[in-house]
Amino acid sequence: MTDVLTIKNLHVEGRPPGGDYVPIVKGVSLNVRKGEVLALIGESGSGKSTISLAAMGFARPGCRISRGEVWLNGRDIMALPPHDRHALRGDEVSYVAQSAAASFNPALRIGRQVIEAPLWHGAGDAATLTAAAVELYRKLDLPSPETVGEKFPHQVSGGQLQRLMAAMAMSCGPDLLILDEPTTALDVTTQIEVLKAFRDIIRDQGTAAIYVTHDLAVVAQVADRILVLKNGETVEEGPTDQILHAPRHDYTRTLMAAVRPAPHLVDHIDPAAAQAPVISVRNVTAGYGALTILSDVSVDVPAASVVGVIGESGCGKSTLARVVAGLTPLREGTVILDGEPAAPAVRDRPRAALKDCQIVFQMADTALNPRQRIGDILGRPLDFYKGLKGRERPRGWRSFWNSSICRASSRRGFPASCRAGRSSASTWPARSRRTPRSSSATRSPRRSTPSSPPG
Amino acid sequence: MYRIILTRLAQGLLTLLLASIIVFGATEILPGDVAEAILGQSRTEEALAALREEMGLNRPAIERYFDWLGGLLRGDLGTSLATDRPVADMIESRMWNTLRLALLAAAISVPLSLAFGLWSAMRAGGRVDKTLAMTTLALIAVPEFFIGLILMKVFAVELKWLSASANTRPYFDFWQNFRALALPVATLSFAVLAHMMRMTRSSVINIFTSPYMEMAALKGLPKRRLVIRHALPNALSPILTVIALNLSYMVSGVIIVETVFGVPGLTRLLVDAVTLRDIPLIQACAMIFGTVYILLNLLADVLSIMANPRLRYPK
Amino acid sequence: MSDVSDHGAPRASVFAGLRLTWTAGLAGAILLFWLVLALFGPWIAPHGEAEIISGTTFAPIGEGGLLGTDKLGRDVFSRLIYGVRTTMLLALITTLISFAFGVTLGFAAAILKGWFDVVISRIVEAFMAFPSTLLALVVIGAFGTSITVLVLTVGLVLSTGVFRVSRALGYDIGVMDFVEAARARGEGTWWILTREILPNSMAPLIAEFGLRFTFSILFLSGLSFLGLGVQEPAADWGLMVQENVGGLFLGSSAALIPAACIASLTVSMNLLVDWFQQRQQGETVLEKIDQ
Repeated sequence: MTDVLTIKNLHVEGRPPGGDYVPIVKGVSLNVRKGEVLALIGESGSGKSTISLAAMGFARPGCRISRGEVWLNGRDIMALPPHDRHALRGDEVSYVAQSAAASFNPALRIGRQVIEAPLWHGAGDAATLTAAAVELYRKLDLPSPETVGEKFPHQVSGGQLQRLMAAMAMSCGPDLLILDEPTTALDVTTQIEVLKAFRDIIRDQGTAAIYVTHDLAVVAQVADRILVLKNGETVEEGPTDQILHAPRHDYTRTLMAAVRPAPHLVDHIDPAAAQAPVISVRNVTAGYGALTILSDVSVDVPAASVVGVIGESGCGKSTLARVVAGLTPLREGTVILDGEPAAPAVRDRPRAALKDCQIVFQMADTALNPRQRIGDILGRPLDFYKGLKGRERPRGWRSFWNSSICRASSRRGFPASCRAGRSSASTWPARSRRTPRSSSATRSPRRSTPSSPPG
Repeated sequence: MYRIILTRLAQGLLTLLLASIIVFGATEILPGDVAEAILGQSRTEEALAALREEMGLNRPAIERYFDWLGGLLRGDLGTSLATDRPVADMIESRMWNTLRLALLAAAISVPLSLAFGLWSAMRAGGRVDKTLAMTTLALIAVPEFFIGLILMKVFAVELKWLSASANTRPYFDFWQNFRALALPVATLSFAVLAHMMRMTRSSVINIFTSPYMEMAALKGLPKRRLVIRHALPNALSPILTVIALNLSYMVSGVIIVETVFGVPGLTRLLVDAVTLRDIPLIQACAMIFGTVYILLNLLADVLSIMANPRLRYPK
Repeated sequence: MSDVSDHGAPRASVFAGLRLTWTAGLAGAILLFWLVLALFGPWIAPHGEAEIISGTTFAPIGEGGLLGTDKLGRDVFSRLIYGVRTTMLLALITTLISFAFGVTLGFAAAILKGWFDVVISRIVEAFMAFPSTLLALVVIGAFGTSITVLVLTVGLVLSTGVFRVSRALGYDIGVMDFVEAARARGEGTWWILTREILPNSMAPLIAEFGLRFTFSILFLSGLSFLGLGVQEPAADWGLMVQENVGGLFLGSSAALIPAACIASLTVSMNLLVDWFQQRQQGETVLEKIDQ
C-alpha cells in the first residue's frame, strides 16, 4: 500500500529564550501507510511531539525544522512555499491536541469550531458540514448530538470535549491524523472510552494516524507499529507485538520494564504487624477558600513503608500531601508526625519536625529556583536544619556531592543547565544523607512537558 | 451575569465614594485653611476667626465633608473663592469645550488604534509590525506639548494652514471650526492612539500563546481569520479596559493641549484653580474627572462581562 | 543541550552576548551622553544657569549663544546643560521613591495576604481611580509648589502602578513550586522574599523601573510646562519649554530645543526597555505560519 506520509532525515532545532539553537530531533525517518496507526513513544524530551508536528510541516514557536523532507500524499511539503504548506493543514492532515479543554476557543460555539476547517477549505456549505458533524458526534457516542454543537466549550465535560476534538479533526476528512497524547489529560475511566472512540473512527475512515504517547497501555490498544525515540533519535521500530513482547534494544526493554509492576522492588509490610505509624492522618478535612477537597480522610504510614495515594485528577492526592507537609492548613482533624500532633501550618512547626518531613515535587524544573546555583540549593537544607556549611558537612553527603549525578561543573551552574532527570534528584538531596523519617512525593518525577522548548 | 454586573456597579459607587473622600481629604490636609488662603498675608486673628465662623470652618471635618457631599449630589458645587461665582456656572461654560475636544479625539483614535493594532498583530514579526512598534514606542515617549508645539510650528506658524488658537465662535462654519480644532484634536489623538494600538496588539498576541490558537492555526486558517475570529473575541476584555483607561488618561493630555492651544476648557480652569488655590473649584473639577474615569472603567467592565460566554451562558 | 555548560543559566546570559540591536545601541549612547552632561554639566556650560548674557531676547541659533537666547536673554545652551541635571535627578528620585513604596507594599501584600493585602489594595485602587496628573494637581493645589511636595507627590502617584506590578509578581512567583519547597522547608518570610521571590522578579522590575523613569520625566516636565513643577530661576527642560512658548511665533526655537531633548531622553529609555523586554520573549504561532 502507498505511504500517506514519509519523513526523511528530519532535523528540528529549538532555542530557549535568550539562548542558541540546540538540536531536538536528530535525523529521524519514518513512514505511515494508509489506514495504519504508527505510535511514537519515548520519555519527555525525546522529541515525539516535535516530530508529529513536523509531519504537518509545522514547528512550535522557538523551534525550526532545519533539515529533512516531509512527503505528504506524494509531494515534499517542506519544498512548498509557506502559504501552500499552510493550506494543507486542516485539509489533508489534521491534529488532535493533548488537552481538549485548552484547545477549544472558549469564546466560540463548539459546532462552529468543528466545521471551521472544512468550511474554510471549501469542502462544503455550513448546513451539509453541520449535518456531517452531527453524524460524527453520534458515532462518537456523544450525548444529545443534535444540540452539542450549539454549546460553548465550558458547558461540556472534559471527556466529551476530547471526543469533540476528534470530531473536529475528522470533520475535514483528513488523509493523515495526528494525535498528540490525546488521552493523558483524562481520567482513567474516560480514557478508555475516548480511546475506543478514536480507534473506531480511524478504522472506519481508513485514515493514516500518528499517535504520540508515553503510555504503553494505550499503545497496545491502538498502534499497528511503534517507533521508540530517545533524545531525538530513533531507538528501534517494529510491529506493536514485537516491540511490546520482544524488544531488541536495551532502552526499549527498560522502558517496558518500567511499566510492569515489579513486586520484588519493595518488601510489603503486613499492616497489622507494623509498629506505630510515622505519619498518621486522622479525619482530615481541607480545601481552598469555599472549596472542600478532602473530607474526613484518614491514613497511616508505618516506618520504612510506602503508601501509594491513587486517584483521578482533582481527587485530592496532592492536597493530602500538602496537608501532611503543612502547606495547605487543614480545617478539621489532625496530622500526627512521629507520635506528635503537628501544627496545621508549616510556619508553626518546629524545625526538628520540619526536618523529618520532606516533599518531592512533581516537576523538577519548577521546584528548583532558577536564580540559585545548584550547589546552593543542595546545601541549603543542611545549612538550614543543622547549621552545617562547607567542610562541616558529613561524609555521606559529600559522596553524593561528588557523585556523577552532581558533577563539580554543574554545582556552580543554574538549574536550567541540567537535564530533567538529574534536577529531579536535586529536589531530594536528603536521600543521600540520613533519610528523612517521612516524605511525600507528589506524582512520579517523570512527566512530559511537550510545549516548552528545551532549556 | 446580572448579579455580577450589579456587584460591579456597587463597587463603582463605592470607589466613587472613596474618591470623594480622597479629594476632600487631600484639600483638607493643607497647612492652614481656606480662610487663611482668602485673607492671604493681610490677615488678622479677628478677621480669620470671623471668616471661619461665617464659612463654618469651625465645625468638624466629617460634618463639613457630608455637607459638601450632599451639595454635590444636589448639584450645588459651592462658590469659587477667587471669583465669588457659583462653581457650577463656571464649569458649565467651560465644559463643552473640553468635552468636544475629548469626544473628537476619542472618535478618531479608538477606531484607528483598533485597526492598526489588529493589522500589526496580523503581521507580527514582519516589517509593518516592526515599523509600527518603533513609531508608537517613540510617540508614547514624546511629551504631548512637544507634539503640540511641533504641529503648531509646522502647520500654523510656517505653513499657516491651520489655526494656532483653538478658540471657536458660534458663527464659525465647518472649515473655520476644522482649522481651529484640527491641531488640538490631532495632538490629543496621537498620544492615546499610540498607547491603545500597542495594547491592542499585545492583548491579541498574548492570546496567541494559548493552545487553542495553535489548534486554530493547525486548521490551516489564514492569519486574518486567526486574529479577527479567534483571538479578538478573547482579547476583548483587556482591550476594552485599555480603551477606558486611555480615554480617561486623555484628561492629562487635555490639560496640556488646552494650555498649548489656549482652549478655554475645564482643565484650564482646574490649573488656574490650582495656581490660585481655589479649593471649592479644585474639588469640583477633580470630582468631575474622577467620576468620568470611574464611569468609563465601569462601562468597560460591564461590556467585557457581557462579552464573556462563560458568564453569559453558565453551565 | 549540553549537560553541564552554563549557557542556559540566567545570570550568564545577562552578561554574555548582549545582542544589542542598532536602535538599542543608539538609545544607550544617547542616554550615556545625557548622563555625562548631567554629571559634568557645570564644567561644560559656557554660562551660568540664570546668567543673562545678551540684551537680545529670543536670539536665533548661533547668535548670542550656541543655541540662541531665551525670553530673558539667557543662554539656551547653558540652561539646557543645567536642565539635564534637574530633569534626570528629579526623575530618578521620584522613581526611587515610587519603587521604595510600591515594591515594599506590593511584595508585603503578596506575601502576607489576608487583611493587609485587602486594605492596601483597596486604598491603591481608590487612588488609581484618578488620572495621575489630576491627583498631582489636587495635592500640589493644596500644598503649593515646592520641590519637596513635587517629588513626594509624583513619587507617591507613580508608586500605585509599581505596587500593582510588584504585587502581581509576588503572587505569581509566590505560588511556584520552588517557593512552596522553601515554605515546606520552614524558611522564614525574609528568606522567601529576598532569596526566592526577589531574584526571580528582577527582570520585570528592571523593565518597570525604566518605564516609570520615562513616565516620571514626562510627568514632571508636563507639570513644569503647566507652571506647577520646578520654579524659576532653576533650569528644567519642561520649565524651559513653558518659558519660551511665546517665542515660537517670533521664529525662536528656544521652546522646541528642550522639548526635543526631553523626547530624546524618554524615547531612548523606552527603546532600551523595549529591547530588554524583547530579549525575554519568543516568537508566536503567527510567525511560524510563514516559515
